[in-house]
Amino acid sequence: MLSPTILIPAVLNGLLTGAVYALVALGLTLIYGVLHIINFAHGALLTAAMFAAYFAFHVLGIDPYIAVFIVAPAFFALGYGLQRFVIGPASHGDDRNMLLVTLGLAVVIENVLLFAFRGDTRTIDVPYTFQSIDIGFTFLAVPRLVGFGAVFVVALTLWLIMGFTDTGRAIRAVAKEKLGAQLAGIDVAHIYAVTFGLGTACIAIAACLLIPTYYVNPSAGDAFVLVAFTIVVLGGMGSVPGALIGGLVIGVVESLSSLFLGESLGQIGIFLIFIVVLLVRPQGLFGAKA
Amino acid sequence: MKAFAPIAVVIALLAVVPLIVHSNVTLNFLVVALMIALAGQGWNVLGGYGGQYSFGHAAFFGTGTYVTAILQVRYGVNAWVAFGLGIAAGAALGALIGGLTFRSGLRGSYFALVTLAFAEVLRILASVAPITGAGVGTLIKLDLHAQALQFQSRAAFYWVILALVALALVITRLIERSRFGAWLTAVRENEDAARALGVDATTVKLAAMVVSGAITAAAGCFYVQYFLFVDSGIAYGTWISIEALLTPIIGGAGTVFGPLLGALVVKSLGEAAQMVAGDAPGLDLVVYGAVLILVIGFTPRGLIGGLDELRKRLRRAEPRPVAQEASHG
Repeated sequence: MLSPTILIPAVLNGLLTGAVYALVALGLTLIYGVLHIINFAHGALLTAAMFAAYFAFHVLGIDPYIAVFIVAPAFFALGYGLQRFVIGPASHGDDRNMLLVTLGLAVVIENVLLFAFRGDTRTIDVPYTFQSIDIGFTFLAVPRLVGFGAVFVVALTLWLIMGFTDTGRAIRAVAKEKLGAQLAGIDVAHIYAVTFGLGTACIAIAACLLIPTYYVNPSAGDAFVLVAFTIVVLGGMGSVPGALIGGLVIGVVESLSSLFLGESLGQIGIFLIFIVVLLVRPQGLFGAKA
Repeated sequence: MKAFAPIAVVIALLAVVPLIVHSNVTLNFLVVALMIALAGQGWNVLGGYGGQYSFGHAAFFGTGTYVTAILQVRYGVNAWVAFGLGIAAGAALGALIGGLTFRSGLRGSYFALVTLAFAEVLRILASVAPITGAGVGTLIKLDLHAQALQFQSRAAFYWVILALVALALVITRLIERSRFGAWLTAVRENEDAARALGVDATTVKLAAMVVSGAITAAAGCFYVQYFLFVDSGIAYGTWISIEALLTPIIGGAGTVFGPLLGALVVKSLGEAAQMVAGDAPGLDLVVYGAVLILVIGFTPRGLIGGLDELRKRLRRAEPRPVAQEASHG
């Protein structure tokens, strides 16, 4: 039953899926690290980005890997605007209100999409959807390999932004000490919005990487966001390396548990990890003690 | 007794509605609104008074529905008894989830996440477990007799749910006036300060979660007696988690009448949106989400808080003739 010819491809495929999970989680953890709230609109925004990528291909004929250069900046702007003009002002600086506002946004976005596009499931056809390469003992799908590589490019870019730009330094300052940053002349509302925009751009990139092999319907993002919650909890809220490693781990766990338990129970494995980590070690594997 | 007079008046007014209104559509609308108000009242005890925002109250609602349905269908238990046991199961689940989460010190975002996860785990389990009917769901046999807790007329169902809402209002008022209620609001306002003053915050939150779970489970028990059908998407779906928190937040979290007012307003708006949209899905939920954001943005204490504010402002704006004369003289 544990033959390596089944096990190794399952692990490799899990790693490839996990990379995209990691990218979704990266956006979430970035926002948590600075704003200290969980963005419950993350899944709905992912769905919206998948629709954007779908229509970019379907209507304008732009390949998803090119569309990423349009969709990601557009979603950065959307995220910036949402935080600056909706979430920030509406929540009056109260964390609990912020949670509720993001939940409200999720309900609005998801159902606007449902209202506009109905519940239909849509897919796109690109020439490389089913392409795969032979690595000797198994085949790996090309779009998933591209996704895997892209995630590391995004993570590297984020690391460079955070480490070596003034905006990145300001973001880190606000994350550490909001009041101090404000006294030093940093516009906190602006930095919050930039962070939210960066987080939203991450899921826009994830959407463009997913759409060649995945489907989109008004609740397509939900499956990813629950997984992403687990990843950020596992990796430690606010920790970027935690999100990357957590994503890969969860990808492999999901792949193996659906191999042994079947699709629907495979999901349970993830949730159980989620609940156990939350109860036993809520700061995650890489997070600092809360 | 004065503290309970408003509850008596509101319930008495609502109780005469079926004597005047005979339209089944209207009564059905009110029954559903009252059921959501009951689910919201459960959320309100924990979230409104205790400040612990649960995003997964479907866990309690769904457990109420399944326990009531399964006991009747598979074990031949009397409906009234099954109803009571459904409520007890909700309380027990509240103790279990509360015991696990509060003991590990989960607050804020973490608490919201873990409640959401419990509801999802239960939903997935219910969608595959044979005892719940898995994907097919569970159907209660039609048996229109009072001893089976099924009624020919909608009015009877209306009075049953109204009685449950009345009971929940009284319980909420009792909590509000008790020492336990004071501890609970202290935990909401500042948990560390409350602990420093000797409040056993963990036990207080746990007790609130038990009461909260029982009340929201009661809404679930009623659901399944009214519709006679349940599946995993209805029982543990996000719709009820959202409606259970939406109604108290919109009406006024941490107030006795908040959930009732919120449910009536939200359901009316949803109905209006559905009328505009025709058979297109989603518009009612768009309205719910938008109202939620607007209420938080403009009257963070909900509609009741907003009305309060308005009354204060009007009183301030009113000229005070006696005082004025005195100052002129």
